[in-house]
Amino acid sequence: MVEVMYFAWVRERIGEPREKVETTASTVSELVDELRAREPRYAAAFADLSALRVALDQELADFDAPLKGVREVAFFPPMTGG
Amino acid sequence: MKVRVQTDMLDPGAELSEFAQGRNDLGAVVTFTGIVRDDDGTLERMEIEHYPGMTEKAIAAIVDDACERWLLADCLVIHRHGPLRPGEQIMMVATASKHRVAAFEAAEFLMDYLKSRAPFWKKEFARDGATDWVAAKVDDEDALKRWTK
Repeated sequence: MVEVMYFAWVRERIGEPREKVETTASTVSELVDELRAREPRYAAAFADLSALRVALDQELADFDAPLKGVREVAFFPPMTGG
Repeated sequence: MKVRVQTDMLDPGAELSEFAQGRNDLGAVVTFTGIVRDDDGTLERMEIEHYPGMTEKAIAAIVDDACERWLLADCLVIHRHGPLRPGEQIMMVATASKHRVAAFEAAEFLMDYLKSRAPFWKKEFARDGATDWVAAKVDDEDALKRWTK
């Protein structure tokens, strides 16, 4: 079970800020594939991975990163701070 | 070193007078303030979303990195989130060092990294009701390259 969080337009497209996800995915990409298969709103949010970033337990990571031991996965667009 | 993430208004003057106060070993203080810009009078407000928890960690990591690269006597980062009106301060950075080069460079470094590596997202709300997430710029990502060791 992982806590999946969404920010900015990813959150708006999916319609929730966070949810608990039961998953057997071993990498972020596999988790994305599982989410995409759920409903069109997920497929829309994850249509273009180059427009997305991912953080694992609040640290930026790659989409091929392993999920073992991870509690919190966050998806969001490139950051626009400053 | 001080990092603050807040919704409250920010007073750069007051922050600056408190910053590095009572230190006689400083030769240079540099500050940067980011302001909500309305180019053509169409912006009603901006809303900044962030990732509580990760934001503070990411900024602290950027500040640590700056302190490893330059000899800084002190460093301040304040970033707002929530709704902001045109003309309001979004964030400020201050750096203090013995010499100006370190203070200037560290401030630029902090800004470059805060733009692309701190989890904030800006959404613009126009007066006519249109909304738009501000897209990250390729230039902002490129700006990081000059700092790679």
